[in-house]
Amino acid sequence: MNALYSLIAVLVLVAVAILGVQALGLQLFFGGILPYFAFAVFLAGVVFRIQRWARAPVPFRIPTTCGQQYSLPWIKSSYLDNPHTTTGVIGRMLLEILFFRSLFRNTRAGVEPGLKRVVYSPSLWMWIAALAFHWGMAILLFRHLRFFLEPVPQVVSAVIWADGFFQVGVPVFYITTFAFLLGLFYLLLRRLFIPQIRYISLPNDFFPLFLLLGIGTTGFLMRHVVKTDVVGIKEMMQGLVGFHPLVSEGVHYLFYTHIFLVCVLLVYIPFSKIMHMGGVFLSPTRNLANNNRMKRHVNPWNYPVKVHTYPEYEDHFRNKMKEAGIPVEKD
Amino acid sequence: MFYDAGKIFTGLAIFLVGATFPFWYAMAAGKTAYKPEPVFPTSTSQCVESTEQMIAGHMEILDDWRNEVVRRSDREPIEINGTAYPKSLSRGCGNCHADQTQFCDRCHEYAGVSPYCWECHVEGD
Repeated sequence: MNALYSLIAVLVLVAVAILGVQALGLQLFFGGILPYFAFAVFLAGVVFRIQRWARAPVPFRIPTTCGQQYSLPWIKSSYLDNPHTTTGVIGRMLLEILFFRSLFRNTRAGVEPGLKRVVYSPSLWMWIAALAFHWGMAILLFRHLRFFLEPVPQVVSAVIWADGFFQVGVPVFYITTFAFLLGLFYLLLRRLFIPQIRYISLPNDFFPLFLLLGIGTTGFLMRHVVKTDVVGIKEMMQGLVGFHPLVSEGVHYLFYTHIFLVCVLLVYIPFSKIMHMGGVFLSPTRNLANNNRMKRHVNPWNYPVKVHTYPEYEDHFRNKMKEAGIPVEKD
Repeated sequence: MFYDAGKIFTGLAIFLVGATFPFWYAMAAGKTAYKPEPVFPTSTSQCVESTEQMIAGHMEILDDWRNEVVRRSDREPIEINGTAYPKSLSRGCGNCHADQTQFCDRCHEYAGVSPYCWECHVEGD
């Protein structure tokens, strides 16, 4: 049911865009006004979430330790999985952000046939699909800069060339189109068909998957099936970035559907689990060095404690100490 | 009260600049009002398909022609309204759209498309 609700929500959004453009003629609204609103909500929402996270104190080091802690120099420690230096933390964060090391660790418990014992084996499909989807999306977002930048920078052209390297079909199919869509599709199938994962999946797990699949599908159809007017679309995008929104005639309604779903995604990001794109940088279980005992960490909300230091104590009792023959540090 | 404000807000600033980069780029380049204007031939107003179909599907037509000519040796010209068009980029399309830089490249460069036609074809062939 959770999946169904999310699917229906995305289909309603698609219908809203198609009806709005085809029946009500709201091209300028969908293509020239709503994107500004969505982008503003996106930026403000992300800033709001990050500043709220920045207010949370993290008094002590709480990294998840996935290897031997640094103790004595001659005991080999795990520099990346249990880092005690900033360099180690940066290495760990890079591996996590770029290559999803924690997903790579995913294991599956099963009973080995014949042997009556539990065996843990690597389960890497989710890691592979997540890598394909996230990297596919990153590269295809970068590719989309050709619509937003005029003149198109060399580096964008170079990425487009590399992505279409296999020169299959006209217009060429991009590698990342398939990486993105297939990765996403696997992530959806796993929520639908693995019972344990289906049990814990909520509508807000399915909604972004369907939304992104909708964006990917409309994009695919625009490029490879209806072949809508790319120059017209770029003129509209240039209107957006130059703050003079306009509507190009003859652009297919799939384009408005595509951009409407993107707007919904932009508005949805700051208020949903997709904020993991900012949150991954701020995970205290990953971005802290395990140096609890090597460095002094002061709890920021400690109230000021009135202390009586030894020099003060000695000043206080010096005469009495001398009378009693107790050695003092200062005469 | 913020903790690690320096690191967090530096990261946030990088994100904001990156996300709004197209706006800054547009301001610096100042070309948002530019529209590509391919030069159409004056000799005739008819192509092998209507303008809309050519905009959407010219790459498919060329791909089909390439496959027919190169792979199946089928050089039978396309006949439309009594005019025969050879299935050739240089000798067919090029008859009317003589200048690649004035016609093809105008839109292709604008849209960031670099088709590999001219890896084999020499312009003006």
